[in-house]
Amino acid sequence: MSELRCEQLRHVYSAGTPFEKVAVDCIDLTFPQGQLVGLIGHTGSGKSTLIQHLNALLTPTSGRVLYDGRDINENKFTRRDIRHEVGLVFQYPEYQLFEETVYKDIAFGPGNMGLDKNEIDERVTEAAGFTGIDRELFERSPLELSGGQKRRIAIAGVIAMRPSVLILDEPTAGLDPAGSRQLLENICAYRAETGSTVILVSHNMDDVARIADRIIVISGGNVFMDGTPAEVFADPEKLVSQGLDVPKATAIAMKLREYGVLPEGSVCTHEQLLAALSSLREVPAC
Amino acid sequence: MLKDITLGQYFPGDTIVHRLDPRTKLICVILFIVALFLAVNWTGYAIVLAATVIFMILSKISPKRIFSGLKPMLFIIVLTGALNIFYTKGTPVVEGWMITWEGIERAVQMILRITLLISGTFLLTYTTSPIAITDGLEMLLKPLKLIRFPVHEMTLMMSMALRFIPTLIEETDKIMSAQRARGADFETGGLIKRAKALLPILVPLFVSSFRRADELAVAMESRCYHGGEGRTRMKQLKFAGRDYVTLTLFVLFLAGMILLKRTAA
Repeated sequence: MSELRCEQLRHVYSAGTPFEKVAVDCIDLTFPQGQLVGLIGHTGSGKSTLIQHLNALLTPTSGRVLYDGRDINENKFTRRDIRHEVGLVFQYPEYQLFEETVYKDIAFGPGNMGLDKNEIDERVTEAAGFTGIDRELFERSPLELSGGQKRRIAIAGVIAMRPSVLILDEPTAGLDPAGSRQLLENICAYRAETGSTVILVSHNMDDVARIADRIIVISGGNVFMDGTPAEVFADPEKLVSQGLDVPKATAIAMKLREYGVLPEGSVCTHEQLLAALSSLREVPAC
Repeated sequence: MLKDITLGQYFPGDTIVHRLDPRTKLICVILFIVALFLAVNWTGYAIVLAATVIFMILSKISPKRIFSGLKPMLFIIVLTGALNIFYTKGTPVVEGWMITWEGIERAVQMILRITLLISGTFLLTYTTSPIAITDGLEMLLKPLKLIRFPVHEMTLMMSMALRFIPTLIEETDKIMSAQRARGADFETGGLIKRAKALLPILVPLFVSSFRRADELAVAMESRCYHGGEGRTRMKQLKFAGRDYVTLTLFVLFLAGMILLKRTAA
């Protein structure tokens, strides 16, 4: 079992200049193996900074990040090795594609790990399978494909390293509804099959409420809320006060409760709302 | 890491140096550079150094910032110093050595000259926003329009280039992080391996630069940009009393340096 942990993590940008900014302020978090965590917070809340610490792209100003109890910033080698264990997919990852062919681009990560040809081939095929990339595309140039396809290729490039923790920063940003639903399904299937931890940074509360086991709300560089979707969305006002949305189902349930139609209880997905409403059927119409 | 590069960066402030007209500062920097190259002896260097320090204090730019800006130039500075130490003829420090007393003196002066040259221009870019610099430049170069030199287009290109430096740095940073997350290694290996390692950065950077240029062109056209003809500006540059005083002081400073060189020669 592998576990990723932040202890008193703090990061200050441009320390000592007029542009000094505390992006992450003393965060303590533990990500147990296999969890699907939704990380939410508005722009500038520090979530991007936080996730870049998890694979040692940023070095904490103070505090530590531990993987399996070991400090990932111990030396150059731990910093390199952690990137094979914790895969990070940036926002708009399609802009990092550079190889001549799709296959070569997905193989970039495994190639950097020093794997042999057969192993790389196996991983590329596997990663392409997880992200729904057709084999026929392997020899095409990634730059001539559609935005959605490029995004999948970039995600496959990270999955091909077989990380035990996969972090995705806004993976569905700018995709059409069908494309984004498909991508989230792929991610869920990937987690179910490999048992990896998935950390999903998102602005879309409906998506997060539907698929996450746990939701962490970041605000002003701190952990503002941390719990199951039911727990976090039980207090919609608190989220709204942070300039965040609540899932549509929660908003509807809130309104219905205001009119006295629905009893108390947490609702965060469409299914839960439907269940709550159909349990009302027995009650005579008002 | 790339964010720490301060070359050409503007540090906002409200000192007298910040408030000076960009044209004044541009002219002063040119006069300063000429004066610096006129310095032939220690007195000359001391005067130029004093002028730099005065402006540093007036602009409240800390020496630390100047030095951190000098870091990327360290190699050139050291190399120049080393070459001067070894290739100046004169009395050797120790009999049979290549190092001469004259060489050491030359080296120190050369290092001082480069450092002051860079510091002087840094004081301009640290205290003047890129837009103000290009505006000032456009006004100063206006006479060249008579010989059909495209002044406006050139300064526009300059201000766009300056404008996009931070954007490109940010972008490079992002792409580097993304490739590093995929296990790319930019720090180790020989020259060829390192050059090859740049490919995953350069290709996406070029692709996005072209995309950005395209988008910018469309954005400008949709706001009816049609060149500098008949274009007015919101902030008109105007000389104030302090500009005349500064310019006079700099002219006197240059005159003094010329005189000093005459008497030294």
